Amino acid sequence: MAAQLVSMHDIHKAFGPVKVLEGVDFELVAGEIHALMGENGAGKSTLMKILTGIYAPDSGTIQVDGKPVSITTPADAEKYGIAIIHQELNLIPALSIADNLFLGREIQRFGLLDRKAMTKKAMEWLAQVGMEKLDPDTRVERLSVGTQQMVEIARALGQNARVLIMDEPTAALTEHETTTLFKLIRALREKGTGIVYVSHRMEEIFALCDRISILRDGKFVGTRPVPGLAFDEVVKMMVGRTLEARFPVRSSTPGKVRLQVEHISGGMVKDVSFDLRSGEVLGVAGLLGAGRTELARLLFGLDKPSEGRVLLDGDVVTATNPNQAIHAGFGFLTEDRKAQGLVLDLSLRENISLPRVPAHVGLVDRGGEKTQTRGLIDALKIRTRDMELNVSALSGGNQQKVVLAKWLALKPRVLILDEPTRGVDVGGKAEIYHIINQLAEQGVAILMISSELPEVLAMSDRILVMHEGHATALLDAHGATQETVMTAATGGH
Amino acid sequence: MTLQLNWSQAKTLFQRLGSVIGLLLLFIVLSVLSPDFLTTGNLLTVLRQVSINALIAFGMTFVILSGGIDLSVGAILAFTGAITAGLMAAGHGMVLSVGAGLALGAVLGMVNGALVSWGRVAPFIATLGTVTLLRGLTLSYTQGSPIPVTNPGFAMLGGGYIANLIPLPVIWMAVAFILCGFLLRGTVFGRHVVAIGGNEEAARLSGVRISPMKLAIYGLSGLLSAFAGVVLTSRLYSAQATAGAGYELDAIAAVVLGGTSLAGGRGWLFGTLIGALLIGFLNNGLNLLGVSSFYQQVVKGIVILIAVLLDRRQ
Repeated sequence: MAAQLVSMHDIHKAFGPVKVLEGVDFELVAGEIHALMGENGAGKSTLMKILTGIYAPDSGTIQVDGKPVSITTPADAEKYGIAIIHQELNLIPALSIADNLFLGREIQRFGLLDRKAMTKKAMEWLAQVGMEKLDPDTRVERLSVGTQQMVEIARALGQNARVLIMDEPTAALTEHETTTLFKLIRALREKGTGIVYVSHRMEEIFALCDRISILRDGKFVGTRPVPGLAFDEVVKMMVGRTLEARFPVRSSTPGKVRLQVEHISGGMVKDVSFDLRSGEVLGVAGLLGAGRTELARLLFGLDKPSEGRVLLDGDVVTATNPNQAIHAGFGFLTEDRKAQGLVLDLSLRENISLPRVPAHVGLVDRGGEKTQTRGLIDALKIRTRDMELNVSALSGGNQQKVVLAKWLALKPRVLILDEPTRGVDVGGKAEIYHIINQLAEQGVAILMISSELPEVLAMSDRILVMHEGHATALLDAHGATQETVMTAATGGH
Repeated sequence: MTLQLNWSQAKTLFQRLGSVIGLLLLFIVLSVLSPDFLTTGNLLTVLRQVSINALIAFGMTFVILSGGIDLSVGAILAFTGAITAGLMAAGHGMVLSVGAGLALGAVLGMVNGALVSWGRVAPFIATLGTVTLLRGLTLSYTQGSPIPVTNPGFAMLGGGYIANLIPLPVIWMAVAFILCGFLLRGTVFGRHVVAIGGNEEAARLSGVRISPMKLAIYGLSGLLSAFAGVVLTSRLYSAQATAGAGYELDAIAAVVLGGTSLAGGRGWLFGTLIGALLIGFLNNGLNLLGVSSFYQQVVKGIVILIAVLLDRRQ
């Protein structure tokens, strides 16, 4: 048995009347990759925020190296070698790598910044994460998300972190970056670092982790070693029941052509053509930066196409802003629901009716709005006590359903979904897939951009694969495999 | 039916009631300290004094809720007041002159809105620019001397009373409060104002047309400032080039004291009314107590800072 690094015991935490954690245990040993799983709202983030000193627990004990400690500030956590790599990266874009690495702990000589020493040290730290080729003077905004993450890890290691908490680290990474990251995580494990890996991605967890701890509704369900563990068992522990199917089956077949995209170009997108039928789900696969979101932005009037045209039910559509696109019959669920999808300070009701507030000559029809909201909350099984609750109080899966509800209220003819299940837990994913199927069965034409290949393969009728702005393949989903999609996505034929 | 409040609503309510509690406390303290305070005459005088700031602050509430700021309100007040008075001095009727003044205020506000939306200039800078521009125009137009007003009907707008008791500006304030409150809570426009302040990108992607909205929001602020200018000009029987100096700060203070977030997306109009009243009664109380006007400013500044500190969100 390896040395115990961290042990949290009987942790309780409540925010006002809401109990977020009720007697949770968590244990991390040196040299292990320990997955922390649970549906959104199960308490994973709160537990990790307690371990990193952002929240104080109401009761419970924390031990580091077998000794009881009190972690009440992030500085305490740092002192005990505990570091977290957030989902939203915490680097300052306009500063250089070296500036970021030493932010708040700059090396000084006679009260002045000692740039030479910091650059030298920065290179050592970057080498620790296999990034010795990076120039520490590069500004962070010029780095890819994956590289930025490496810089964050380098910073944590530079501060002698022995416990590294990673929150959905691969959410924004390309396949290649993910591989690099996993290599690094495994190397860190060999050196005795304890890694807490918070993720919803089952495949990754089974490939990478040694043990899994599971939370459900703020309670500790159990810890299991990964070898010999069945996928279904984990899901069952997380949701408290067995899911019928990970990807529900759709019963309908696509109808007539609804959307025709002809040789459209603009920005990154180069000469892309495809048809989309009513009741069809067209998956759009590709690596990060392949131009998938940019394609959606062109269709939705956010960017201007330089060439090509779009026909909706036979009529040419020229939308130069989202308002026109919406009136033409488009809906667009964006990939970043907090920054682009929701107004967090507004209620469910107000968010859902944002694209079209039920109104008579500009005066809000409160009754109609409530009826519409209630109908959508029921139809999408959004779990909330109250439609007046701020959406910021909802879990990720429920927030995503609110964004979906917002578009469904408009009864769109074409619905563009950009990463519809990002940051959504297993149970929530299945529900969103179910909604997508229902929409398709009602005849909505769906363009589904996704970086999760199993999702694209299972949910689509056909798959459009993009690479560097071009459409490199249009595959029938039934014959396609991860390999054929990846080949096209990397530009191979 | 039972009244059920969830946690966040209860918290918001408490934060919001802070300004009301503050006003009540001030009321009690001033009533005890000065026998002249709690008289009908004094209270109505304060309400009349408050009305100018309140009118401006109502417009400012929309601007701040949408995530912006409008520093040009005082300058718009002075310029439109001068134009209105000038038109009447040139022999035009009151209705045309006031109408032209109000329309000009709305247009000037829309210019701010255009700078902010199409010009992509930060609201602080854009409206700071219009302040300088308008102050210059006002000085050139008036040649630095007051434009006297003789129209007796016009003088009623700011100086008249209803039933020989309630000053007309107080009525304007009440009407504007009701109309603006309805605009904010009861219309699609109001909903979109809050949505833009809460998350402009999400609002845009939901089909809210941001630029026309900003034109309307700043236009409304300009219109209300112009109306305040008309009332002030009427009350003073003349338009002064330097009128309204520093009014933008009082209006912003009223909005913030009322609990509206300067970051946008969170706030209410009732709070602004309370905020304006707080400032008005504080000024009045300090006057009654014989505090020198120099120290009055100090006290006002301290009260604003304390209020903002108490209201600070996590």
